[in-house]
Amino acid sequence: MEQGTDRVKRGLAEMLKGGVIMDVTTADQAKIAEEAGAVSVMALERVPADIRRDGGVARMADPSRVEEIMAAVSIPVMAKVRIGHFVEAQVLQSLGVDYIDESEVLTPADEAYHIDKWKFTVPFVCGARDLGEALRRIGEGAAMIRTKGEAGTGNVVEAVRHMRTLKDGIRRLQYLDDEQLMSAAKDLGAPYGLVCEVAETGVLPVVNFAAGGIATPADAALMMQLGCDGVFVGSGIFKSEDPAPRARAIVEATTYHSDPQILAKVSRGLGEPMVGIEMERLSDEDRLARRGW
Amino acid sequence: MRVGVLALQGDFREHALMLGGVGIEVALVRQSDDLSGIDGLIVPGGESTTIGKLAERFGLLEPLRAAIADGMPTLGTCAGMIFLAGSTTESRPQIQLGVLDVVVRRNAFGRQVSSFEADLEVAGLSGGPTHAVFIRAPWIDKLGAGVEVLAEVEGHPVMVRERNVVATSFHPELTGDGRIHTLVFSTVGEA
Repeated sequence: MEQGTDRVKRGLAEMLKGGVIMDVTTADQAKIAEEAGAVSVMALERVPADIRRDGGVARMADPSRVEEIMAAVSIPVMAKVRIGHFVEAQVLQSLGVDYIDESEVLTPADEAYHIDKWKFTVPFVCGARDLGEALRRIGEGAAMIRTKGEAGTGNVVEAVRHMRTLKDGIRRLQYLDDEQLMSAAKDLGAPYGLVCEVAETGVLPVVNFAAGGIATPADAALMMQLGCDGVFVGSGIFKSEDPAPRARAIVEATTYHSDPQILAKVSRGLGEPMVGIEMERLSDEDRLARRGW
Repeated sequence: MRVGVLALQGDFREHALMLGGVGIEVALVRQSDDLSGIDGLIVPGGESTTIGKLAERFGLLEPLRAAIADGMPTLGTCAGMIFLAGSTTESRPQIQLGVLDVVVRRNAFGRQVSSFEADLEVAGLSGGPTHAVFIRAPWIDKLGAGVEVLAEVEGHPVMVRERNVVATSFHPELTGDGRIHTLVFSTVGEA
């Protein structure tokens, strides 16, 4: 009997596919998310929109907060650690969380290195803007990828950009001759073995969700039609006027992402979505997606 | 034979690939109309509470119950086992089909850090043990009279059959071993 294997770590992400993972900050929000049909919740101290507003250093949530959320729901619970902060990850693993997000939404703890994720039994999900970044994270042991988008903005434009960039990167590899793959690996800054694998299969070797800016059912369906395996919704639910029906509608839109009639039906009367931010209004320092190396 | 895979959420694509690999035609099931013209059904791995809620909201519960009660060969894996079962040991009830007379314990082996893979002997499976992947897996706590145990881990049933319904705690769709799919959609179909 083997635990913490690649297959087991990547396997949980397989089970989350076609589903919605929702950011929650309290046990009550976690119950609303579960009731709406979320496949998992991300336990946080503050949602990204509030991290953006409040500023300061954003860290791993208080363990008692994470445990309250774990006790409140039967679905898997994820939690975030700062990039490179392997001790926060050790703490979360000891609590028994089901997935760790090494996340650019929190303030990075290391400006050069990410966590060596192979050392852990708990699986990790990491953000990526393009194929090179995704393969570096998988090379470090990430068992799931999410395109970063721009968290806490309620604006899907960056999520779309990252998903398209990732797909372009994969397609480009498929056109190359074998002798070109080492140079491609050098240009991508990605492990050669993984570059060869993607060139061969045409897909990432792990599940890829979309994240960062999804605020409406149509946003979720857009990301699904662009080819992601599922969606993370951060501030988009609990920063909207009426979270429960919106959460439920986003779940339904993710499943029926290719059926415009159902999308029209579930999008009705949801109240105001979260207020969005245009990218031009964000300074370089405020762009969370640029964190990660 | 054409087998429908319930495609509300979860790893339905892996089941579809597995069926294709053993030469069975596949249809994805998202609405009740999709049930017409299929001879078998798979409820995949995923999140059982999500699958239950979507099945209820989109009017699939009664059509699924009717098709399975009518004898349609059915395989449920992990979340699929939970969705097919009559009840769970949880204090809060969840939406289930109740077509398999068992009580399921969810996340019975523990949370994700306790997920594991192991070789597993399955009754009636020729060619040796299957390599089984258990992810936040359930086991069966109580068995109805007509339920036969096909595999166990540490004395807990992890694969059972009742008439036309087979359920596994593990994920045959993740390991490339098509024998369980073949077993369900040949022997169950003849029963």
